[in-house]
Amino acid sequence: MSERVLVLGATSGIAEATCRVWAKQGASLVLVGRSAEKLAAVAADLRARGARLVETAVADLDDTARHPQLLADCINALGGLDVAYLAHGIMGEQQQSEEDFNAAAQVLYTNFLSPVSLCTWLSNYFVKQGRGVLAVISSVAGERGRKSNYVYGSSKAGLSAFLDGLRNRVDRQGVTVLTIKPGPVKTAMTMGMKGSEKFADPDKVAQSIVDAIHAKKDVLYVPGIWKIIMFVIRHIPESVFKKLNL
Amino acid sequence: MATAAGSPQRTLSVPDQSDDQMTGKPPFEPWGRYPKYNANVVPLQWQSDFPAIVSRYGGMHNGALAVGMGRSYGDVCLLKDGNLMVTTGMNRILAWDQETGMLTAEAGMTLAQILDFCVPRGYFLPVTPGTKYVTLGGAIANDIHGKNHHVAGTFGCHVPEFELVRSDGTHLRCSATENSDWYAATIGGLGLTGVITWAKLKMKPIVSRKIDYEGIQFHGVDEFLALTEASKHVEYTVSWIDCSSTGKNFARGVFMQGDHTRNPGELKPSPEPKLIFPIEAPSFMLNSASVAAFNTVFFHKQMKKRVTALQDYEPFFYPLDKVLKWNRMYGASGLLQFQYAIPWEYAREGTIAILNEVAKSGLASFLAVLKAFGDVPSPGLLSFPQPGITLALDFPIKPGKSFPLFDRLAQMTLEFGGKLYPAKDARMTAVQYQKSYPEWQQFLRYKDPLLSSSFWERVTREE
Repeated sequence: MSERVLVLGATSGIAEATCRVWAKQGASLVLVGRSAEKLAAVAADLRARGARLVETAVADLDDTARHPQLLADCINALGGLDVAYLAHGIMGEQQQSEEDFNAAAQVLYTNFLSPVSLCTWLSNYFVKQGRGVLAVISSVAGERGRKSNYVYGSSKAGLSAFLDGLRNRVDRQGVTVLTIKPGPVKTAMTMGMKGSEKFADPDKVAQSIVDAIHAKKDVLYVPGIWKIIMFVIRHIPESVFKKLNL
Repeated sequence: MATAAGSPQRTLSVPDQSDDQMTGKPPFEPWGRYPKYNANVVPLQWQSDFPAIVSRYGGMHNGALAVGMGRSYGDVCLLKDGNLMVTTGMNRILAWDQETGMLTAEAGMTLAQILDFCVPRGYFLPVTPGTKYVTLGGAIANDIHGKNHHVAGTFGCHVPEFELVRSDGTHLRCSATENSDWYAATIGGLGLTGVITWAKLKMKPIVSRKIDYEGIQFHGVDEFLALTEASKHVEYTVSWIDCSSTGKNFARGVFMQGDHTRNPGELKPSPEPKLIFPIEAPSFMLNSASVAAFNTVFFHKQMKKRVTALQDYEPFFYPLDKVLKWNRMYGASGLLQFQYAIPWEYAREGTIAILNEVAKSGLASFLAVLKAFGDVPSPGLLSFPQPGITLALDFPIKPGKSFPLFDRLAQMTLEFGGKLYPAKDARMTAVQYQKSYPEWQQFLRYKDPLLSSSFWERVTREE
């Protein structure tokens, strides 16, 4: 039977690459994003690549009040749900967030509160069903706050901590919670950034994510080298760390 | 809501480069690594991004150019101090017809990605250049050719329809029957008529990855011409030719030909290349002695006069793709390509004269490639291929040596009624271009006012 996958934030670079892996495997997909036009382009591509079914839904995921109805509609369209993949998020402008709390709040809302709402509804659905995979994109930036992006980093730190706790609660009820922590990936978001030539290839990141979902992993650092890098960064004494330019 | 994609003024960073004098920012470089110019790099991720993106970057007053993989050797993919709109994120398949092999895809999809999708489905590219790391849009804009030009014509011959978006927001569907003048101007139009958002490509059925290959040694241009005539019904033909030898070894080479095998075989996708040229080679590595040695080894690698083999399509079509960033072999100063097409009337005479000039110069060139173009007409107004002989050479850039030789060869090409290939050029003068591409004035009425390239500014400059 074809895997039924709900993708939230389906027009992001990593999400689209991941959907291509699922499409090749003949999965059924519902794609949620803000732009009907972009969703249509992604959907056409996934159909051509072999997806069994592709439906789209236009929604602003900051609208948490709409989540229960949106999720119900998506699950109906798929006729059930095996995997929910949360890939939406914004980078924000660190400097703007430093000067204006509203900008910081927007980052926290989109990257933390919106996924918390979605995960709450979805995990309860999976618990009732007795199985399911909740795969959520967090970030290595959430491992330790750095001056260059600590607002974004703290939104992801909060999300990672929430997922740890959720996993602790629902794992014994048959539900898998996968926290995905990508390092920098070559997408439109990062094009032109310093060192972007060396960023990870989104197709390889996508394959690792799908493999981790099938293996029911808990936490995925991708590429794997980031597990070691972040181990080191977490263990630098604060008295030293606060003087670094990271 | 602020997203990182909306922040302007970012420049593509090339970490191993630090030779920019102007601003300290690393410049954008083409495959030949010469010239290198600063440009603001912006992604085109969605078909609707153009021309919407123009206002987000303050109107792009220094002009703009859509670029794909940047695999052109010279400055057709550059725009000094302008905006390079990189299309590689626009790589979606819009439709696929398994019965007819008609692919409809966004213009940033690469030929490598097309092969990954189509080969397992039993289809191959109708025309392919010597690298698969180019985009569909780039292949159209340069109206590229391959080893089957003599039977299949150029890439554009297999693109029945595409969409062109102008900077004023006009969308034009272009084919031989609809907006046919725009169709002709855009194929081989160097990306200057607008942004190609999507295109149809008619793929060719295959039953195996394998090529029935035959390699034949030859000496001299006349033997090459005889082999060309004898193999005119073989799908793929190309020759490697030794440009460093003189005397009895003058113009020795290996004539390589192949057809897709008719015996069914595996149709799996290609593995990822694993080799990468790790560092910039020091400039003394390529000299006349090392190139002569390479050429001798290459010639004698084929021990017999004639060898046949069943070969995978990767080494047959893309021997250099196996080593990513092989252009580093030429060091930081880069390489200069020279490719001409001389019509049959002077093809023999011109080729001998030019090969003599190259051998006499003692300037290293390996990877010299010789091929006969066929008479299938190119659909583009400014397409390069024409019936006759084409020769492609590359030289490391050496101050005071490469440019004078190149300029002599360009002048000789024109005297033999030939022309040079813009996708490989970094050196042709405005006078030379305008003489060999007289259609350029007719082309001007199709050029988009926002779009330009450093190549175009160079060859249309008043002298």
